Amino acid sequence: MSKVEFNKETGPREVFCGLTSIVWLHRRMPDAFFLVVGSRTCAHLIQSAAGVMIFAEPRFGTAILEEKDLAGLADAHEELDRVVNDLIARRPEIKTLFLVGSCPSEVIKLDLATVAEKLNKRFLGQVRFVNYSGSGIETTFTQGEDGALKALIPLMESSNEEKLLLVGTLANNVEDRFKKIFRNLGISNIESFPPRQSTELPKIGKNTKVLLTQPYLSDTVRDLKHRGCEIISAPFPLGIEGSTKWFLAAAKAFKISELKVHEIISPLINRAKLALDSHKEILKGKRLFLLPESQLEISLARFLHNECEMDLVEVGTPYLNKDLMKEEINLLPDNTKIVEGQHVEKQLDRVRESNPDLVVCGMGLANPLEAEGISTKWSIEMVFSPIHGIDQAADLAGLFSKPLKRNQILTSKTLVTH
Amino acid sequence: MELTLWTYEGPPHVGAMRIASSMKDIHYVLHAPQGDTYADLLFTMIERRGQRPPVTYTTFQARDLGGDTAELVKKNIKEAVERFKPKTLLVGESCTAELIQDQPGALAKGMGFDMPIVNLELPAYSKKENWGASETFYQLIRTLLKEKVSSSDKINPLRWRELGRRPKVNILGPSLLGFRCRDDVIEIQRILSEQGIDTNVVAPLGASPDDIERLIDAEINICLYQEIAEASCEWLKRNFGMEYTNTIPIGIKNTIEFINEVHEKLDLPLTNKEELENKSKLPWYSKSVDSNYLTGKRVFIFGDGTHAIAAAKIAKEELGFEVVGLGTYSREMARQVRATAKDINVEALITNNYLEVEDAMKKAAPELVLGTQMERHSAKRLGIPCSVISTPMHVQDVPARYSPQMGWEGANVIFDDWVHPLMMGLEEHLIDMFKHDFEFVDGHQSHLGHTATSTNNILNSGEKKEKNSKEGIIWTESGRAELTKVPFFVRGKVKTNTEKYAILRGIPEISDETLYDAKAYFS
Repeated sequence: MSKVEFNKETGPREVFCGLTSIVWLHRRMPDAFFLVVGSRTCAHLIQSAAGVMIFAEPRFGTAILEEKDLAGLADAHEELDRVVNDLIARRPEIKTLFLVGSCPSEVIKLDLATVAEKLNKRFLGQVRFVNYSGSGIETTFTQGEDGALKALIPLMESSNEEKLLLVGTLANNVEDRFKKIFRNLGISNIESFPPRQSTELPKIGKNTKVLLTQPYLSDTVRDLKHRGCEIISAPFPLGIEGSTKWFLAAAKAFKISELKVHEIISPLINRAKLALDSHKEILKGKRLFLLPESQLEISLARFLHNECEMDLVEVGTPYLNKDLMKEEINLLPDNTKIVEGQHVEKQLDRVRESNPDLVVCGMGLANPLEAEGISTKWSIEMVFSPIHGIDQAADLAGLFSKPLKRNQILTSKTLVTH
Repeated sequence: MELTLWTYEGPPHVGAMRIASSMKDIHYVLHAPQGDTYADLLFTMIERRGQRPPVTYTTFQARDLGGDTAELVKKNIKEAVERFKPKTLLVGESCTAELIQDQPGALAKGMGFDMPIVNLELPAYSKKENWGASETFYQLIRTLLKEKVSSSDKINPLRWRELGRRPKVNILGPSLLGFRCRDDVIEIQRILSEQGIDTNVVAPLGASPDDIERLIDAEINICLYQEIAEASCEWLKRNFGMEYTNTIPIGIKNTIEFINEVHEKLDLPLTNKEELENKSKLPWYSKSVDSNYLTGKRVFIFGDGTHAIAAAKIAKEELGFEVVGLGTYSREMARQVRATAKDINVEALITNNYLEVEDAMKKAAPELVLGTQMERHSAKRLGIPCSVISTPMHVQDVPARYSPQMGWEGANVIFDDWVHPLMMGLEEHLIDMFKHDFEFVDGHQSHLGHTATSTNNILNSGEKKEKNSKEGIIWTESGRAELTKVPFFVRGKVKTNTEKYAILRGIPEISDETLYDAKAYFS
């Protein structure tokens, strides 16, 4: 392991909670509905994070707890029953209903597992009920996906069929690219988790080789291991380097030669390097500060340093699973400062002191930092954009070069007044 | 438990944040888990603010719950006070912290600070954002002014004369995330100033605790947004005898009435009455012959109480529209909205459910919708032009240009904002009329070149869906042809009415004549 500096920090935070991941999960599985059992705050959070407005009746909603629900839990269970009945009557096409716990539902100890069990019996053969917690007292942002996937694992049937299982939500086009490349490598049985239809869950077992596409799935990985799956250790497929090593690790697990991998992906790499050059020109030597939010920070830091030659000032992450991240950490330059957790005020002090060229941060902090003259990139964009894979390396770099380029344009005088 | 897919208002602590963020030298310690920090983006992204809201979130986690969350609260309060040095501290909790009952306000008061501390108790499971803003503003004013209550005589609104100066008023209610508040304040101050009236304090927007303490230097209060300021105005009236205005100066008539009301309350003679009629272009634009086509346009109105009521009055009395629906999501203003609805013979819709609003909109078959950003989406789905008149805020509601809703310029803005979508609608109608001309190929995409498609194709492709009704009534060719000649924005209504008529009369096939029969029957 490279000599990376690990720090922990506690204090006031500025991050999304796990409920936010519903925003991309519900799009990934169009036959699923996410019902948050929570407060008006939860409802307001999701609609604000989802881009403020919705364009159609959404496949997520909140059963908002009212005073009478807090008075007696028995009544709350009955009330939830009623809401679910209404919802299913309204949306009969729903195949899976996620009951999502929130901060208030966790604090009053609303037992969503029991509720889900009862509902499963009643709606047997029509709708499946799954529960998990996206509460902010337990989860940060992307950890909501970890919870949702973990909750689906018990529903997955066993099979000893050899297969490659890509785990973590990917943009559909990226997923298709990956599958094509794997097929070209000679791996034919490839499935994704979460699937595009909630009812088409992959079967898993001891010959399932799990390749993670996202770094924030600690609990899911643990439960997949319990089901006998083999977890392929690899960095994450962000950038050329990460993606190459990711493909190589998968190939190794399927006893496919390195040579074959290089043969298939070399043209992709050459093409991607060419595309990356113009971004590298802008990013090279620029100083980067990543605030914690998505758990993608370490992989992004690795990509932006190793492939775009940015200097890393600080790499924040809301949570660090050193085991899951070891391949990534090994690729980081010596003396990288990783900070797990957050004291947002102290961290912003460090941002101001170090005066970086670019800060990756949440939406709440971006404009205030811009107003102080510090360029920013919203971290939420990383989970909404197709950034994975060799073909997307330049697009990924582009997310970071764009604010710098824009700054350059707005501060330069290229046209002379005649 | 209430199933909510989308909500017009946030929780009450977001209302408190609106007050805190609108002001200077204030800090709000909010006992809340980390996810609640999303609310910052409402200010920094939607309002495009260059400062973070002055809020410290305690961000307690599950593992803190077994331990001492009260200590965590105190630690955060101490750090926030040291770092931000506020002149007044707001302390409160969000929905989850309300369940833990740490009583952060009481904890803060026991910490020995010199500054005033406002303990905010905002019931998250029964109240909403605007109520939270109103309550916070009221508690803040009460905390900062309560010691002056007994020592002050009641304020005589005529005292400016004895004092030998211009009358002074406070403008209360404008806040961040309020609809066009930034510009309304400028417009109203300008109007007052022209009348020889000075503004003492604008609050909460831009005010500091020091400003709140000198609210009583003014003679009367202008209650600019009842949702936010009425409770405060009422308290100031009760305790200091300060009169406040009831008229919301949106639209020409209301602006004039507002000016009258202010003058009456101050006993200040109004010298430029005739001039007022000509301050805005709206009356002339509305009277000009070009606006004839606005007569009787059916409008559906939904928004916060203040803006919905004002819109109804302008629509009916200043633009000559017909109001076919009126509603609000502000339960606190339900009574006033119902009263206005009664005056115009419609039933008020009081709901927080946007689907109910869409449903009512559909049934009312309006030609123009005045609503929130959500109604804009609903109207778009129904193919009806829409103009946004109310919160919840969207980046588009914070335009770069000066764009008030109130006063003279506000009336100009409203005329343009409401009439332009209708003109676009008219343009659509003309395009629809001309689409049968042979020059008009395949819609209206381009002024360049013509690719050959027969008009027949266009006719057929557009008409399929209007073929047969679900009740088994058949539209004959002549019936269908006649229906296509009806302007698109009322076509749906005509179709429904004709079918209703056909069922009523047991007519199995609808011809062009049936259409006219139905038209005569329903008119």
